[in-house]
Amino acid sequence: MRAADSDVAGLGATRAIAFVAPALLLIGVFLVFPALWTLYIGITNYQLTGPAAAQPRVVGLDNFVSALNDALFLNSVGLTALFVFGSAVIGQNVLGFVLAWLLRRVRPSLRRTVEAFVLLAWILPGPVVAYLWFAVLSRDGGTFGLLLNDPATAWLVEYPMVSLIVFNIWRGTAFSMLLYTSALAAVPPTQLETARLVGASGWQTVRDVVFPHIRGHVLTNTLLISLWTANDFTPFLLTAGGPNHRSEVLPVLIYRQALESGQLGYASAMSLLLLVGNLVIALVYLRLLRRRA
Amino acid sequence: MTPGFVVRRIGFYVLVAVVLAFFAVPMLWLASAPFDARPGLGLRWPDWTWSNVTATFQHPFALTSLLNSLVLCGIATVVTTAFAALAAYSLSRVRIPGRDLLLYLLLLLSSVVTGTAAMVPIFVLMLQLGLINSQFGTALVIASGMLPAAIFILKDFVDAVPRSYEESARVFGASPAQVLGHVVLPIARPGIATILVWSFVNAWGNFLLPFLLLRDVGKQPAAVLLRTLNDEGGSANLTVIPVFSLLYSIPVVALYLLVSKRYGFRFHGGIKS
Repeated sequence: MRAADSDVAGLGATRAIAFVAPALLLIGVFLVFPALWTLYIGITNYQLTGPAAAQPRVVGLDNFVSALNDALFLNSVGLTALFVFGSAVIGQNVLGFVLAWLLRRVRPSLRRTVEAFVLLAWILPGPVVAYLWFAVLSRDGGTFGLLLNDPATAWLVEYPMVSLIVFNIWRGTAFSMLLYTSALAAVPPTQLETARLVGASGWQTVRDVVFPHIRGHVLTNTLLISLWTANDFTPFLLTAGGPNHRSEVLPVLIYRQALESGQLGYASAMSLLLLVGNLVIALVYLRLLRRRA
Repeated sequence: MTPGFVVRRIGFYVLVAVVLAFFAVPMLWLASAPFDARPGLGLRWPDWTWSNVTATFQHPFALTSLLNSLVLCGIATVVTTAFAALAAYSLSRVRIPGRDLLLYLLLLLSSVVTGTAAMVPIFVLMLQLGLINSQFGTALVIASGMLPAAIFILKDFVDAVPRSYEESARVFGASPAQVLGHVVLPIARPGIATILVWSFVNAWGNFLLPFLLLRDVGKQPAAVLLRTLNDEGGSANLTVIPVFSLLYSIPVVALYLLVSKRYGFRFHGGIKS
């Protein structure tokens, strides 16, 4: 037994288990059970109302087959991939790094001001930021229209995916900025100085000196923000999937299928894809953590 | 100074200014519109007035929903913090059979089973248990979602507390309860404060679960009411929505300022604190 595990308070195994039990009970009932139940509901024709609500029937893999042939589902998977790639993998990642890189060299007061706004975008409640962007992007008086002197364009209606991607970059960049700021602090200043002395450009310095040091952070960051973005429900508050399914990312599609159309079994089959995607990302992430530890 | 240097310097500050504007402009509306006599969707210098505030206070559901938010987040926060503290201490100090596997599964669960991915079974479960429209039930669901991560953050804190304190107390004959109450709890206070704030902020901004599980407008928290107000549409709501958004944001911003002032903005396994 390692010293770290010695039972210094004299709890004993029984009391120790009793301490863990309430948390495990809640997690078991409201997290593990629903996750496993998704598998079962996904192979039934369970519905919110009607005869299949009272007596759901097992239909095997029918839901999965119909999902793969459902244009709305395929559309949604594509949009989710675009959303994750555009706003997280590229958007938050790059802007977060650029901010961390630029803010190293500015006056502390300016640095704190920029950081405060970036962080505020991250900590304000989701429904509030969704409304703020709804206001910015709406026609007839929205700030963006006023700035471009183009008040007639309803940006959320005409460019729904671009709007969602820009919104999510705004919303989530803080995390990448914080992570890269702490990663950059670990790059040896002597190497940066050497790069400057041999006349390397900013881009060369980043590519050849900084990147090798922060490669692990880039991967960790990309995995986490991708996972959060794929599971983000805020697009529902901005466009609710519209117009005409053009911004219907997977979380929104699942909600609409389950609660608006009442197809609980079918929506459950679709949720499984999200769960499996999360599981794959999480497993890769945990592997990385272990290797580093 | 060479001309190239000057151009680069100017370019640098223009870039910083553009980024700053990108982040700041959408937020400024939250400071101007609540106090504008003719609030619109766009950003402008307000004609100062308090009448929107009065109108919001008179709205039938605005204050109720903020109160509902307090109840919902209060229960979720207390349950999360209490259960996570007990579990974290026990997992840090006692080698329960299967502990490492349990910790691995908890870490996995905290990111895999999101409210979004599990919304259908959670809704069906609560429907069959008759807990739709139950604030307590909804708070428990929110708490369960936060528990795995909370246990992890707190376990990190407890792991960092030297075991010699507890050992000394034991040597002097303290009972396990006394060790916990008089030694462990006071030292673990920063960790517990972090979890309190973290879980409150997360629960406060949670939209999906209350939206799914609380269908009765009189029980809905502020997160859901804001959407309802927006859905109703009409210019009348522009008197209520800005003030309401501001009131709803204040607790989160205040807590954030408090935490970053007292402890500095810290990172816990990629979770906002």
